[in-house]
Amino acid sequence: MAAEIIPVIPAPEVPAGHTSPGRLESVLRAGAFAVTAELAPPDSADPNEVYKRARVFDGYVDAINATDGSGANCHMSSVAVSALLARVGYSPVMQISCRDKNRIAIQGDILGAAALGVTNMLCLTGDGVQAGDHPQSKPVFDLDCMSLLGIARTLRDELHFQSGRKITAAPRVFLGAAENPSGLPHEWRARRLAKKVEAGAQFIQTQYCYDMPLLRSFMKEVDALGLTNKVYLLAGVGPLRSAKAADWMRTNVPGIHIPDAMIARMAGAKDQVAEGKQICIDLIQEMSEIPGIHGVHVMAYRQEETVAEIIDRAGVLKGRKPWQPGADHNESEHRTQS
Amino acid sequence: MYSVRLWSVRHSRGLNAFYKGFESVLLRLHPLFKAVGYDRLERPVAAVERSVKGLLFDCQMCGQCALSSTGMSCPMNCPKTLRNGPCGGVRANGMCEVKPEMRCVWVEGFKGAERMPGGVEAMQVVQFAVDQRLKGKSSWLKVVRDKSGEA
Repeated sequence: MAAEIIPVIPAPEVPAGHTSPGRLESVLRAGAFAVTAELAPPDSADPNEVYKRARVFDGYVDAINATDGSGANCHMSSVAVSALLARVGYSPVMQISCRDKNRIAIQGDILGAAALGVTNMLCLTGDGVQAGDHPQSKPVFDLDCMSLLGIARTLRDELHFQSGRKITAAPRVFLGAAENPSGLPHEWRARRLAKKVEAGAQFIQTQYCYDMPLLRSFMKEVDALGLTNKVYLLAGVGPLRSAKAADWMRTNVPGIHIPDAMIARMAGAKDQVAEGKQICIDLIQEMSEIPGIHGVHVMAYRQEETVAEIIDRAGVLKGRKPWQPGADHNESEHRTQS
Repeated sequence: MYSVRLWSVRHSRGLNAFYKGFESVLLRLHPLFKAVGYDRLERPVAAVERSVKGLLFDCQMCGQCALSSTGMSCPMNCPKTLRNGPCGGVRANGMCEVKPEMRCVWVEGFKGAERMPGGVEAMQVVQFAVDQRLKGKSSWLKVVRDKSGEA
């Protein structure tokens, strides 16, 4: 008889009251201020490029987002990046976009990624194909973020596909969604968040928030709808590189709102890169004081190496040291949950 | 037609009231529909539905109409066919991310919903993913069949 096959990724226990064995859910449920960061997937088939990009966050983030063809540009898939990260113990947030895959492919990916040790999934609609490097491709959008959340939750909690066909083991995942507090129409954004929570979102990572008054009024509405205790909200931040880059971003990237005052502050600085980091630090500190904000999601596109310094200087971890490779070598022979 | 579509959203209240009446008439016709046969009615009714709703809403004949829950703004005109509210990419001037020359279907839809009694609440209900098999079929007949308990 053949020897039993031993899975490379052990299946850690799901703590009581949790839906995933993941670290992000544990950190948030424990009430700590969580930090997540976005990893730009490589245009490469080399796994080491993924690890190189992950290492810059070591010791400063609780989870790493693997984007799924963000901006409708082609890169290594989020399933693969997430699985590579999970394999060495990182806690990835696998982003799922509805743009490129129909419900058959997506449900397969959810099961497959969970089997590979991925414990967090972020359900997104996705950017339109016109925004990316393959505008000639066919947009799928068989699902939208809301129906995707529902389908993922059904797989996890009711153990069946959308078709009703049973599955034998549930994907033990922590489900997230995005929201854009600066998005139009402002007065509906909080209600839209309520709908996502209703559909199954347990955590939210927002688009960049550079307009604090707008974020505050959004959070007030979120609170008024009774959502602050129902969902963990991580506000999106990122260092601006220059006034010019910021202006380009707000003009050309859909959904990004940067107030004029912020651009002026950048333009007036001697060292714009340093000012961009300082603004980011100031925003994070302000956000950490707002009730209902449970963490930050740092999207430092092409400036990923600045994330550790920004988080360190913002001081929001309050001495807490997120897991990093090798952190638990001496404590246990088992790898901790990813 | 785009301009008619915008007009329809501006008149969502009246159109919704009209539809409610129309639907109750349809429901009463169920025995007749049944006698003639739903399958036989499918093509002619779908053709009428396509022309009327095509003119008023730029209806794409998804076959599972959600206009009462979307402020009378057809969500299938959204390039991402979102049925649960706008994406995060709405432009600052309220135009669509993908088609900058078109007003966001959902910015319009919210305005329409606010004019309709119960429109705001209807919009908070999570809509399921579209059943692609129903594309091109009559939504009116489906409503009558569903509500009359006819499979």
